[in-house]
Amino acid sequence: MLKIKELHASIEDKEILRGVNLELNAGEVHAIMGPNGSGKSTLASVLIGRDGYQVSGSVSYEGQDLLALSPEERAAAGVFLAFQHPVEIPGVGNMYFMRTALNSLRRQRGQEELDPVDFLALAQERMKLVEMDQSFMNRSVNEGFSGGEKKRNEILQMAILEPKLAILDETDSGLDIDALRIVANGVNALRSAGRSMLVITHHQRLLDYIVPDRVHVMTAGQIVRSGDKDLAVELEANGYTSVQQANAGRLAPVGVAR
Amino acid sequence: MTLTRAAGGVLAGREPHRDDRDPAWLHEARLAALKWVGVHGFPTHKDEDWKYTALAPILAVPFEAATVTSSNWVTAEMIDAAAVDLGGPRLVFVNGHFAPELSRLTGLPAGSVVTTLAAVLASGSDRLEPFFSHTPGEHHAFAAFNDALAEDGAFIHLTSGAILDEPIQFVFFSNADGVPLISSPRSVIIADSGSRATIVETYAGIDGDVYLTNAVTEFVLADDAQIEHYKIQLEPVTAFHLALLDVRQGRNSRFTSRSVMLGASIARHEVRVLLDGVGAEVSLDGVYLPQGDQLHDNTIFIDHAATNCTSHQLYKGVLDGRGHGVFNGHIMVRHGADGTDANQKNKNLILSDHAEVDTRPRLEIYTDDVKCTHGAAVGQMDEEALLYLQARGIPAEAARGLLIYAFVHEMVDRIAIEQLRTQLEPLVAGRFRNDDRPVEL
Repeated sequence: MLKIKELHASIEDKEILRGVNLELNAGEVHAIMGPNGSGKSTLASVLIGRDGYQVSGSVSYEGQDLLALSPEERAAAGVFLAFQHPVEIPGVGNMYFMRTALNSLRRQRGQEELDPVDFLALAQERMKLVEMDQSFMNRSVNEGFSGGEKKRNEILQMAILEPKLAILDETDSGLDIDALRIVANGVNALRSAGRSMLVITHHQRLLDYIVPDRVHVMTAGQIVRSGDKDLAVELEANGYTSVQQANAGRLAPVGVAR
Repeated sequence: MTLTRAAGGVLAGREPHRDDRDPAWLHEARLAALKWVGVHGFPTHKDEDWKYTALAPILAVPFEAATVTSSNWVTAEMIDAAAVDLGGPRLVFVNGHFAPELSRLTGLPAGSVVTTLAAVLASGSDRLEPFFSHTPGEHHAFAAFNDALAEDGAFIHLTSGAILDEPIQFVFFSNADGVPLISSPRSVIIADSGSRATIVETYAGIDGDVYLTNAVTEFVLADDAQIEHYKIQLEPVTAFHLALLDVRQGRNSRFTSRSVMLGASIARHEVRVLLDGVGAEVSLDGVYLPQGDQLHDNTIFIDHAATNCTSHQLYKGVLDGRGHGVFNGHIMVRHGADGTDANQKNKNLILSDHAEVDTRPRLEIYTDDVKCTHGAAVGQMDEEALLYLQARGIPAEAARGLLIYAFVHEMVDRIAIEQLRTQLEPLVAGRFRNDDRPVEL
């Protein structure tokens, strides 16, 4: 469902992604781990279409050229990013925002829009997944939310918008153990055969809760090593430096063969 | 001076031997006002209060003063479309003249008066004399022109303790019908002690008409009176709108005014408030949304002349196209006005490289025991918020619209009259949205 080939991205002439190769099949959960500044969040940004990057290489999503689509078209095609830093939008109600988003997606897909009553029923059902109550929906989007509440709100949006490809960017950052458990439970409940996930994280901790099918290690803008979930444990024990050193003598980065 | 010629012509037609409607004091006041203009001329860029608002486009038009007969085919439907009927007393003026067939003068408590300026003048009463012979006529040329030309407008007198549940509506509708008209409505609202009412003024006209509305509305609040005022300006972009809202407040009185400025090519809404009684409180809000080549000027002067008075101001502007916004807010705290609490905020969102805003909050304080804050902010669209909305599937244009609407929503939210809020929400939102579905944020 997602094929990333030789993806390069630079911003203001600084190259951040330096040839990323990755393949994600339907229903799979892959984790991308790596130190700060390795390009993980840039990868997420490029995948959802953030402005300002010069990009080369190719990203094929369900056979479509993802890079040719606007952010909203990517969303309509089923791509979702749980933001590392969810934006506060004073004056826009959370409930209204989510209904507008869902109906925008439905409209772009040629589906009928949900009226407020039907939407409320849907929202209330999905709110249970992340243990949120109605009071969150009556507030402005993310305004005054704690770090944990913001992340739960991201997962709630994912639950409502039902993407086919969900990218979780540092969803665990800033969460205490209870919030982490709530967020992870929400994500796990949303795993399905038709939904792929790319979980970007700095720490192995999240992967104790959201167990990935594959783990990729990213350093200096490339995926340098891939393995199963045990790779995360190894990284936690030995640190990223060990991967970089172990990898130093290889001919080509591991991932999808060139 | 084209305007002067127009005014002079009208006045000549009103010489006592030809038309005895004007009492002698009024005729004197009109001549004095014109003379004032002759001496002082029109404001220019050198005038502090007109620094950013060029009047040349207005002065270049050969206006004719509107007469009673210059209106005819305005229908109730046109009035309802411009100003949603709030169900209470409703005074409709076409080109500044009362239109009885479109108006409703019922629903007032006994003792209170809802009528027209023309009716008060025709009754031979001199109760309007102080309004024509003091400022604002001496204040600037356009106020003086209103002194010279005003023949009609609303007149409200709320007797002591009168409480009106339903808002009183003034609708000023223009129908220039091919002739550039100047209409000069003059409204006077006198609120005796402890009285309470809501007044809604709406200004509108017909797309494509060239005209100038030069309005003056005066409020006098006695002790403990409470007035809530709305000013909705929906003139077509071919028209000009200059207005002065003059307010004098007695002890412990409360005046709230909310302005929604959407229309006109050049629009200026000037508010002057004199806090003259201990403990008086005024709260002014405004939203202005110039786009295309529109200029929207909010000029405010609050005069803290008594102790323990409070003033609040919040003005928000969204500037698009080559739109030009002006916020010129002046707070004066007089010597001895101890215990003054004054705050003033102006926030602007600029959407285009060609739009401009001049914001100028000014405090002038002559006493020590005061609490005054002011601030002005000018910003651009939050790109991160825009991406966030797009990434959720909301198309870029709609996302921009939603963010702008969220910015101005605070102002719409402050409109306490539900029907009015419902009418204005799409007008404010509609400027920035691609679809016409209602927003309930």
